[in-house]
Amino acid sequence: MLHADVLCGADRLDTEVTCGFGCDLISDSLCFARPGCLLLTGLTNVQIIRLAEMVEARAIVFVRGKKPGEDVIKLAREKGLPLLATDLFLFESCGILYQAGLRSS
Amino acid sequence: MQLKFQVKGMDFSRAGQAATKIKKALQLAGMDPATIRKAIIIAYEAEMNIVIHAYHGTLTANITPHKVEIIAEDEGPGIPDIPLAMQEGYSTAPPHIREMGFGAGMGLPNIKKSADELDIQSEVNKGTRLWAAVFNNVNIQQNRYDEDAALSGANDLRSAGNSTR
Ligand SMILES: Nc1ncnc2c1ncn2[C@@H]1O[C@H](COP(=O)(O)OP(=O)(O)O)[C@@H](O)[C@H]1O
Ligand SMILES: [Mg+2]
Repeated sequence: MLHADVLCGADRLDTEVTCGFGCDLISDSLCFARPGCLLLTGLTNVQIIRLAEMVEARAIVFVRGKKPGEDVIKLAREKGLPLLATDLFLFESCGILYQAGLRSS
Repeated sequence: MQLKFQVKGMDFSRAGQAATKIKKALQLAGMDPATIRKAIIIAYEAEMNIVIHAYHGTLTANITPHKVEIIAEDEGPGIPDIPLAMQEGYSTAPPHIREMGFGAGMGLPNIKKSADELDIQSEVNKGTRLWAAVFNNVNIQQNRYDEDAALSGANDLRSAGNSTR
């Protein structure tokens, strides 16, 4: 739907996500993202993987064509966290997923 | 049970690990999810403040069935004006830190919202000590608090610091 590339965790793509949360601020993600959610973000540093682990996100979609470095992908692979990347903006990505029935965290 | 971790300033590759391990220990101990959520916001934001704003420090969690205490102590520049630092949106973080998604100035305000009790002491050019407590609002009878499970789950903690009873 987002024409996303899979960066890692292709074997886990059938994982169910319960809600979505789009954010470029770490503090807000920590407060509002719920366990089981899909995290959409433009942040591509290692911190977003640690944050996803902390909030128990199921997967991350990187937006705006951003791709994390190899070290970030490696850490996500270790944690069993699927990573996807799309060229769409955060707003569009969320809109498409919302239309498909995904609701907010 | 006490878990204690060393936290290094500007070490973004490991930042957040201590809070993640505290979360695992709280889950294994069977603490109430609401308590865990609050304690983890405090632990993570306090850990990140050491990483971003200080030179080095420690993050400690004292866990009992009734209460979680989070203590973050650092050597660093200190906070000259604590009420100002507590304001939403106030941040001295430089642009390269903001690009990583930090520096929104919501760390201390979110800690304050999450903590049942909070005390911050700071001395300029020396360091900062943050102490916060979250009460575990669970009927103690039903509470399956399990310190041994938490400790065994926390056994790999030594890699990031050390844990002691
Ligand atoms: N441990 C610390 N040592 C020195 N200064 C700190 C520390 N923690 C917070 N501060 C100061 O308080 C400000 C506000 O902190 P916070 O609300 O967490 O926002 P942020 O970390 O996003 O800047 C920081 O920008 C910094 O100036
Ligand atoms: Mg902060």
